[in-house]
Amino acid sequence: MTFELFVFYVFAAILVFAATMVITRKNPVHSALFLVLAFFTSAAIWLLAEAEFLAIVLVLVYVGAVMVLFLFVVMMLDIDIATMRAGFVKNLPLAILIAIAMVIEIFLVIGSGSFSLDQFAAPLPLPADYNNTASLGNILYTEYMYPFEVAAVILLVAIIAAIGLTMRKRPESKYQDPSKQVRVKKGEDRITVLKMDAED
Amino acid sequence: MNVLRDYIKSLFLLELMRGLALTGRYLFKKKFTVQYPEEKAPISPRFRGLHAQRRYASGEERCIACKLCEATCPALAITIEAEPRADGSRRTTRYDIDLFKCIFCGYCQESCPVDAIVETRLYEYHFENREDAIMTKEKLLAMGDKFEQQLAADIAAQSQYR
Amino acid sequence: MDLLMSLWEWLGENLVVVQILIKIVIIVAPLMLCVAYFTYAERKIIGYMQVRIGPNRVGPKGWLQPIADAVKLMFKEIIIPSGANKTLFLIAPVLTLGPALAAWAVFPFGDGLVLSNINAGLLYLIALTSVGVYGVIISGWASNSKYAFLGAMRSAAQIVSYEIAMGFALVGVLVAAGSLNLGEIVRAQEGEGGLFNWFWLPLFPLFLIYFVSGVAETNRAPFDVAEGESEIVAGFHVEYSGMPFAVFFLGEYANMILISALTSLLFLGGWLSPFNGWPLLGPMFDWVPGIVWLFIKTAFVGFFFLWLRATFPRYRYDQIMRLGWKVFIPITIVWIMVVGLAVVFEMPWWFD
Repeated sequence: MTFELFVFYVFAAILVFAATMVITRKNPVHSALFLVLAFFTSAAIWLLAEAEFLAIVLVLVYVGAVMVLFLFVVMMLDIDIATMRAGFVKNLPLAILIAIAMVIEIFLVIGSGSFSLDQFAAPLPLPADYNNTASLGNILYTEYMYPFEVAAVILLVAIIAAIGLTMRKRPESKYQDPSKQVRVKKGEDRITVLKMDAED
Repeated sequence: MNVLRDYIKSLFLLELMRGLALTGRYLFKKKFTVQYPEEKAPISPRFRGLHAQRRYASGEERCIACKLCEATCPALAITIEAEPRADGSRRTTRYDIDLFKCIFCGYCQESCPVDAIVETRLYEYHFENREDAIMTKEKLLAMGDKFEQQLAADIAAQSQYR
Repeated sequence: MDLLMSLWEWLGENLVVVQILIKIVIIVAPLMLCVAYFTYAERKIIGYMQVRIGPNRVGPKGWLQPIADAVKLMFKEIIIPSGANKTLFLIAPVLTLGPALAAWAVFPFGDGLVLSNINAGLLYLIALTSVGVYGVIISGWASNSKYAFLGAMRSAAQIVSYEIAMGFALVGVLVAAGSLNLGEIVRAQEGEGGLFNWFWLPLFPLFLIYFVSGVAETNRAPFDVAEGESEIVAGFHVEYSGMPFAVFFLGEYANMILISALTSLLFLGGWLSPFNGWPLLGPMFDWVPGIVWLFIKTAFVGFFFLWLRATFPRYRYDQIMRLGWKVFIPITIVWIMVVGLAVVFEMPWWFD
């Protein structure tokens, strides 16, 4: 067993363990944290496959941003575990059926029939000065230019739609306008002199 | 025009620069710190430190057990018990100041008609037992004997303002 | 000396792991010392700005103060609150310090003087700084305390927001340098103009934004709402004492040094001499090694961290969010366009 293979098996074992914990832990925060661990180990496996750009972006996007927001939400929720587990036994047969169907589907798609070494020869070890980022950029902005741009536009539309759907004007909420606050002058803007009748 | 000026003002962080300049100037100012155990800040004659009871030059204690200080004490720190002495004069048999209660306001000193209870300039002291925090009559008189010169001078220095 | 060199080469050939470990120690040990004395510098400088003189009792002029602090913290009791998640509670400080130290792996201290010269160095740095937030979030949640939790929530939202502005500022740098490798970025700033060839001039808005986002990212004043001692006691590390607290502290200051060092690397020419190529001063300072310049620049930027803290009051939370999303991100996007055009049309002095 080469050193690389050994490292791969270590990370693969951690990945499978973390993924199992994600779906078996009762505490959703623990699950989310194990998901973070799973992302990390898969990033490490990608690094092993010489895809350093994808590995780092996985950490950057999923671990650094998505999972932070995810944890943010999960920590804020007050989850009642009893109600969550209420229909467990009743729904179990259906769940197992779906799980088996998914496993079969996954095997059909990425099983040895379509992704084996016969179809794809093992990639040659790349030279040391090979730049994963540059070659990805070259492909992305030449061959896949249009799909890439279309995907970007779709994401932008999704962002705008999400904001548009959830935004509501609340006239009763008070807020300050910092640009107005910046414009305040020393004299008349700070003090208002009121004229009023003297009371007795 | 004003809008433009405001934009420039906030975009180039002019006000923040002024703030930074101020602290930057103070970085090089002369420092005021007094190196306490070696140097001590000057103390006013009106300083209110640990208490003391004074005596007349004859050695007779000044306190006449009028209990004005006990009455005026806002923290109820003073306890006085009094009896006529063998020579018929009225004196205290007990005069306790609880330093845990005392707030060093100086009202006892103000209220005293005979300048008996006073506050010295002593501000460095400690106790090792809880009962040591009670200033008994003996301790007060001993303090008075120790600092008599200083106390007399302090009272004389501020007598014109009374 | 020859013996040592031959031993070193033997290590490189037979026990690479040991050699790398020795290199890591050579980087981390001085870094920890810098962190310790950065706290001392902070107390002294802020003291001076407040017309005080700061710590001066332990050792001559207070030089041993950081050591005394470290010893005190090591011997303090570690208190774990009841109801806290013990594992996560103790992992959290390590998660703060870890990324701050790991980031130095790709940091070039001189021409070729780098532990791991990877192509995607800049990306690696962005990824690691974004991972640092986990320490804060986990500590806030694991403490089982509402103040810690509030601090963690504030900090999470703030760090995620400012990461975007920070990332965009770095995109500007990589467009200007044409590389993700940190050594290449510094070399791209080399030129006849000395300090006027560095990126701080053409990328001035990005320089400011990167630095300010860095201040926000490290939860330092005036962006220290995550600690906010007047509002939520001490934020995410209220429940920490002894060594775990010290590790948080180390992490915060190591992060500050990292941001300062990166600012000087990306915008202030790293190890390059500021007088490079100047007629008279250039040759005069040729003998100064690059790492000294890097240290001076890092100290200069680090001084700004302390200066800001001594000067500004804490931002209000909505203002922080407004600054991040509505001011910094638009400015960075506009300036990336400007830099892109300048690179495409090969603007003289910097991009020709």
